[in-house]
Amino acid sequence: MSASQLTDQLKQGLDAPICLTWEVTYGCNLACIHCLSSSGRRDPRELSTAEAMAVIDELRELQVFYVNIGGGEPTIRPDFFELVDYAVANGVGVKFSTNGTTMTPERARRLAGTDYLDVQISIDGATAATNDAVRGEGSFAAARRAMDHLADAAFGPFKISVVITRHNVAQLDAFEAMAADYGAQLRLTRLRPSGRGADTWDALHPTSEQQVQLYRWLVDRPGVLTGDSFFHLSALGESLPGLNLCGAGRVVCLIDPIGDVYACPFVLHDDFRAGSVRDAGGFAHVWRRSDLFLSLRQPTSAGACASCGSFDACQGGCMAAKFFTGLPLDGPDPECVRGYGELALAGVAAGSAPAPGPGHSVPVSLTRRH
Amino acid sequence: MTAYALDPQVAIRPEPFGALAYHYGNRRLTFLRDPALVAVVRDLERHDSVDEALAASGVEAARWPSFRQALATLADSGILHVR
Repeated sequence: MSASQLTDQLKQGLDAPICLTWEVTYGCNLACIHCLSSSGRRDPRELSTAEAMAVIDELRELQVFYVNIGGGEPTIRPDFFELVDYAVANGVGVKFSTNGTTMTPERARRLAGTDYLDVQISIDGATAATNDAVRGEGSFAAARRAMDHLADAAFGPFKISVVITRHNVAQLDAFEAMAADYGAQLRLTRLRPSGRGADTWDALHPTSEQQVQLYRWLVDRPGVLTGDSFFHLSALGESLPGLNLCGAGRVVCLIDPIGDVYACPFVLHDDFRAGSVRDAGGFAHVWRRSDLFLSLRQPTSAGACASCGSFDACQGGCMAAKFFTGLPLDGPDPECVRGYGELALAGVAAGSAPAPGPGHSVPVSLTRRH
Repeated sequence: MTAYALDPQVAIRPEPFGALAYHYGNRRLTFLRDPALVAVVRDLERHDSVDEALAASGVEAARWPSFRQALATLADSGILHVR
């Protein structure tokens, strides 16, 4: 089977996701200005420990090899370690993302002693000034302290996870050096206009010149992890390592803290909500039978991109980026490297882009006063 | 005669195109893009050599070289180990 045949197969979906993100809480002690899930307060409807364990049981049965746990800040859930241990004991490996604020020497040692566990520390600047402007005062120091604790505990190669912005592209070499100092792996991902990122994307997303710079940097460094998130840059030349397609609802999905299942972590919006793990049939039914996921696995039209010679390389880019900037899903990505995205954005009426879905920056009210 | 076995840290998940193989140790995910290859991989342990496994699998002899190559690649990535 050739690579393109495999791509076609993946577009038709898999029996279970390859890459499943599970945000276990909307609670967070930071308030990053680009937070894809607008996290802040815990939602009273979040899955209980027993419900979360039932999700893990289901993932084991589906042979989901590992789960990417995030939030919010996942470690503020009091049962966080209980859930991690339960997943690992059931053959569901855990990769979790943390802002590092809750890391202690003791916790680092505990993590180092757990098999099949990967840790990603989020940091969005190689200096405190750059990072803290996005993630909040003191967050750079906290992330570095967490890295120190992991290194002291001989955790091994943890990951340093960076969302690329206009202000940190110039620091790529510094991030690489930081990772090398810790014996860590560097992971770079794309900024999406999702959650609070909808309000900050215009000011934070890399310029087109910076995108070219980033692409060249990544081509020279196939060992830098990207979560396949920069596949729209493949239109600049040779493909970056990875599947180079939008995996939403096909090979990727998101379970949110209240058990709702979305097509990917960057589309927390009713239009991309496929169901809930609390529904009859659970997660497997949502993954295999939901109308939304079945429709995402249908052949798609290249739409406005059909006449562009780069479509095979970039596949039209990121669905979430298009959706939250008000662009049609069958047209160019807002950061299209051929410049078609900028042209398309110029035609989007102010205020017409969809509002990001359930925000948790403010307390959730379960009762409505009349 | 080369003989392989599936690494104990590897899990195989059937998929319409063949299977996914995941190595819990090195965290590598590998696509096995042919159902016949998946069947051979699952069966390797029961045979004393690759050729014996291929003969038992019913894969036509003309395809054996590509299967041997695929198995060697899987061994390189730690999915299989030589025994």
